[in-house]
Amino acid sequence: MTPELPNILISAKDLYLKAGRNDLVEAVSLEVSEGEIVSVIGPNGAGKTSLLKLLLGLYKPDRGSIRRRLGLRVGYLPQKTSIDPVLPLSVARMMTLTESFSRKEVETALAETGVLSLIDEPVQTLSGGEFQRMMLARALLREPELLVLDEPAQGVDHLGEAELYGLIGKIRDQRGCGVLMVSHDLHVVMAATDRVLCLNRHLCCEGEPQEVTRHPEYLRLFGMEAGSRLAVYSHHHDHVHGLSGNVETTEFKQAP
Amino acid sequence: MSFLDDFIWRAVIAGAGVALVAGPLGCFVVWRRMAYFGDTVAHSSLLGVALGLLLGFNVMLGVFAAGFAVALVLSGFLREKRLSGDTVLGTLSHASLSLGVIVISLMTWLRVDLMGYLFGDILAVSLTDLYWVYGGGMLVLVLLVLLWRPLLAVTVDQELARAEGIEAARYELMLMLIIAAVIALAMKIVGVLLVTSLLIIPAAAARRLSRTPEQMALMAAFVGVLSVLLGLFASFQFDTPSGPSIVLASLMLFLLGQIPSFRKL
Repeated sequence: MTPELPNILISAKDLYLKAGRNDLVEAVSLEVSEGEIVSVIGPNGAGKTSLLKLLLGLYKPDRGSIRRRLGLRVGYLPQKTSIDPVLPLSVARMMTLTESFSRKEVETALAETGVLSLIDEPVQTLSGGEFQRMMLARALLREPELLVLDEPAQGVDHLGEAELYGLIGKIRDQRGCGVLMVSHDLHVVMAATDRVLCLNRHLCCEGEPQEVTRHPEYLRLFGMEAGSRLAVYSHHHDHVHGLSGNVETTEFKQAP
Repeated sequence: MSFLDDFIWRAVIAGAGVALVAGPLGCFVVWRRMAYFGDTVAHSSLLGVALGLLLGFNVMLGVFAAGFAVALVLSGFLREKRLSGDTVLGTLSHASLSLGVIVISLMTWLRVDLMGYLFGDILAVSLTDLYWVYGGGMLVLVLLVLLWRPLLAVTVDQELARAEGIEAARYELMLMLIIAAVIALAMKIVGVLLVTSLLIIPAAAARRLSRTPEQMALMAAFVGVLSVLLGLFASFQFDTPSGPSIVLASLMLFLLGQIPSFRKL
């Protein structure tokens, strides 16, 4: 199970990020290898986005080190991109924002994520799901070795959400790229991921989804958070996990 | 070149040259919501004028230096985030204007036409000014073309651009430099107080008429040049002050662009 060194795309050791007197990210170490989907989950304010931005080099860590494979090509989906209506921008133009690609290449990428028909629409008119698919196509154009996705399913309805994660899995299978994504919504992520990091400023626990969902730290974090929504977590000491490791519906013993 | 001896032609050619550059640059000012930023840099121009006169070099160079210095100070303050952006801008904007007026008034040995600097004196454009406008203008246009893609990428989403390997800070600095340069070039045409209008109004007028950023930039250049021509024509015809006439002409074009049937592009 120990991956060969060249397969590691990015590794971080003992990262710290401070905001004022508080630590936003505390002693986090992680690595992502080729062909692996790693999900970072955690409650709001757990430092998930900050961690991604540290790894992308957008923030400077106060302590710790980050190593990227030489010349690593990264495709990034930010948490929210709002494009001012004062800027006339079509999907095609958005696709070639930082690098130029031929119309054909742009069309192929958009087709891969299923939004080819929107190619000449203004980006401001896209729905949440369409926008994320366009952004995903954008990231793919750059032939990334590592995809970094911050809440990719944001603003996407439940059906679209499952489809989107399915698409991400398919992209990984076909291209063999590593995927690092952040989410606060558990059930779909758990099904679509190889390794889960549970973050609440520090790493509470990590491992395969099935292991993590049994970890006491995980239950403490998400049991309480989900409990306030569904009030089914008062007795999760004797719950049974579904196939997906899905905690949210265990009360009803439903397969997802 | 004898027609350049005619002050009217000099005015037309200088004005058109400035508008040609100010249009595309103005798009960035509009997209990035830097209107007040431009105003603040423009208000520091008087200080630059004083500097130029005092040290005996070209006034445009003085204005450019002062504008760029203020732009740097501004971006430093804006990064601090202790105060809101418009408070910082409002403070520096009026402070630098006041300082400029005071320094000029203290230079009693010079007779400076304050009104000319405040509202523009396009009819006093000299042949030297013309060379400056076209030399500087050409340089700015070349820079804008070369830097277009990264500048636009940084404007759309700074962090996305940075994640994809664009050094945002460098391009943002370049943009400020270019804005300071264009304000220095345009000051003589419409004056310190009106100079940002040449950046903003043509870009605003172009928005409704364009579908891509590049279209908007070209359209803004076109609207800008047309405003200068119409404004100067009106100014000669009705003997109105030239700077404000140009601004009103661009306003007319902006309003015209708001009529629905003109939007079918």
